[in-house]
Amino acid sequence: MPSMTTRKTTWRAPSVLPGFGLTFGFSLAWLSLIVLIPLSMLFIKSAGMGWQAFVDVGFSERALTAYRLSFGTALAAAFVNAVFGLLVAWVLVRYAFPGKRVISALVDLPFALPTAVAGIALTALYAPSGWVGQYLDPLGIKVAFTPIGITVALVFIGLPFVVRSVEPVLADLGKDVEEAAATLGAGRAQTFARVIFPAILPALFTGFALAFARGVGEYGSVIFISGNMPGKTEIAPLLIVTQLEQYNYDGATAIAMVMMLVSFAVLFTLNAVQSIRRRRLGA
Amino acid sequence: MTRKTRKVTPGTESRTAQVLLITLALAFLAFFLMLPLIAVFSEALKQGIGPFLDAVANPDAFSAIRLTLIIAAISVPLNMVFGLAASWAITKFSFPGKNLLLTLIDLPFSVSPVVSGLIFVLLFGAQGLLGPWLSAHGVKIIFAVPGIILATVFITFPFVARELIPLMMEQGKEDEEAAVSLGANGWQTFWHVTLPNIRWGLLYGVLLCNARAMGEFGAVSVVSGHIRGETNTMPLHVEILYNEYDFVGAFAVASLLAALALVTLVLKTVLEWRFDLHSGARH
Repeated sequence: MPSMTTRKTTWRAPSVLPGFGLTFGFSLAWLSLIVLIPLSMLFIKSAGMGWQAFVDVGFSERALTAYRLSFGTALAAAFVNAVFGLLVAWVLVRYAFPGKRVISALVDLPFALPTAVAGIALTALYAPSGWVGQYLDPLGIKVAFTPIGITVALVFIGLPFVVRSVEPVLADLGKDVEEAAATLGAGRAQTFARVIFPAILPALFTGFALAFARGVGEYGSVIFISGNMPGKTEIAPLLIVTQLEQYNYDGATAIAMVMMLVSFAVLFTLNAVQSIRRRRLGA
Repeated sequence: MTRKTRKVTPGTESRTAQVLLITLALAFLAFFLMLPLIAVFSEALKQGIGPFLDAVANPDAFSAIRLTLIIAAISVPLNMVFGLAASWAITKFSFPGKNLLLTLIDLPFSVSPVVSGLIFVLLFGAQGLLGPWLSAHGVKIIFAVPGIILATVFITFPFVARELIPLMMEQGKEDEEAAVSLGANGWQTFWHVTLPNIRWGLLYGVLLCNARAMGEFGAVSVVSGHIRGETNTMPLHVEILYNEYDFVGAFAVASLLAALALVTLVLKTVLEWRFDLHSGARH
């Protein structure tokens, strides 16, 4: 079949295939109806409440504490995942060991397991009487109902983002560069630090940012293990739910708006980094 | 095959280092992924099979299972149709603003689940933009099944499109152009040429979409109202039972969701093997 392929570069006539109007129109209409119009409600509602009201709730002491907790634990979890996600990706790509396929499939468990299920399972493990908690409790380490517990839940949620971002880049990395480095007298650690790590850094950063963004907004797996004490273990998404339960739509919107703007900033950075990577690879 | 398969190449760690790294990675995965999964089933069967079956056969649990199946049966096909339409428009035609459209399709991934629920409350809730009009006409969306479906469709919006777009991009449009030039109409081209090419990718996207649709917690929690027997999905039912200290009941329902996650992972892995065979045959 490849022999019959003709060059299409001069043939970019969109009219050859039918259905553009129908599929494009439908996609745009459905996208507007499900995503764009509902999301624009955040902006409409924010604009309608006035700057002072927005700041009063969106930047209240309680909200600021919740952001600090959400962003702080998400950042800590993303760091843990960057280290161990890289290790898992490395082991899966480079080494052979029994049960590798099962392990590889298992890495996606956090994508497939409903967050509420993960939440109650982690709480059962890390509660003072739980399988893991009973050994940590005598040492004075409390995981459940503290920020450490929140971080543990976010490590669970974020792990596949790092592994799946790094894996393909690591697999594509040619062995010849490493062998050249070794031939030139570089040690293994030196080769990793100078040759391999720079090459996978953008992918690692992508995975880090994805895990971080997911962690900031995460709700289901966190609320069980966090204990939800206002000012201590109350994450920002929970504060939104609390506002809604008190029928304070303005408050919920203001907090949601602040969170979303930060998430978009992360997404924007992510795209910028990816385009830099593409430019580097495409050259 | 001209690939070098020497045991120790210059770019390889010593066997000891390999074993150390593998052990460390497996220990991390066992601790953070395996242990929670085992905990779910173990807690569900803590008091034997009898209480487990009682919890699953409970009428409230039963109606939660039914609602979850209904939600998935409606929202997954909706996103499948959208995914097909969007990827046809995006991959078979060139038009300005394509990258913007791709970004907008991915948007729901970067929104917190709680915010995803909130925007529908702002739009359709009692104090929402359309709330007064809806209640005057006797239409209930928030705290009812339509709201849960809307939130689920929003959350799972990118899944199918995201899987299909790279696949169809790679496959190009020569096959379709050949079919059209031989006199096939658009529908025939899609049904007999495109669909057989993308069926495994489509199935893959549908699988992931379904897992998320059945397991979504945060967004659904905000719009559902938690009415037992009416607007309670399986993940929400897990939460209710857990908060009532009915741990066996909570973990029993959770174990069904965990089983669904495992089935999803197995099918996903099988499809990935098929993909590899498929792409191996193509290249």
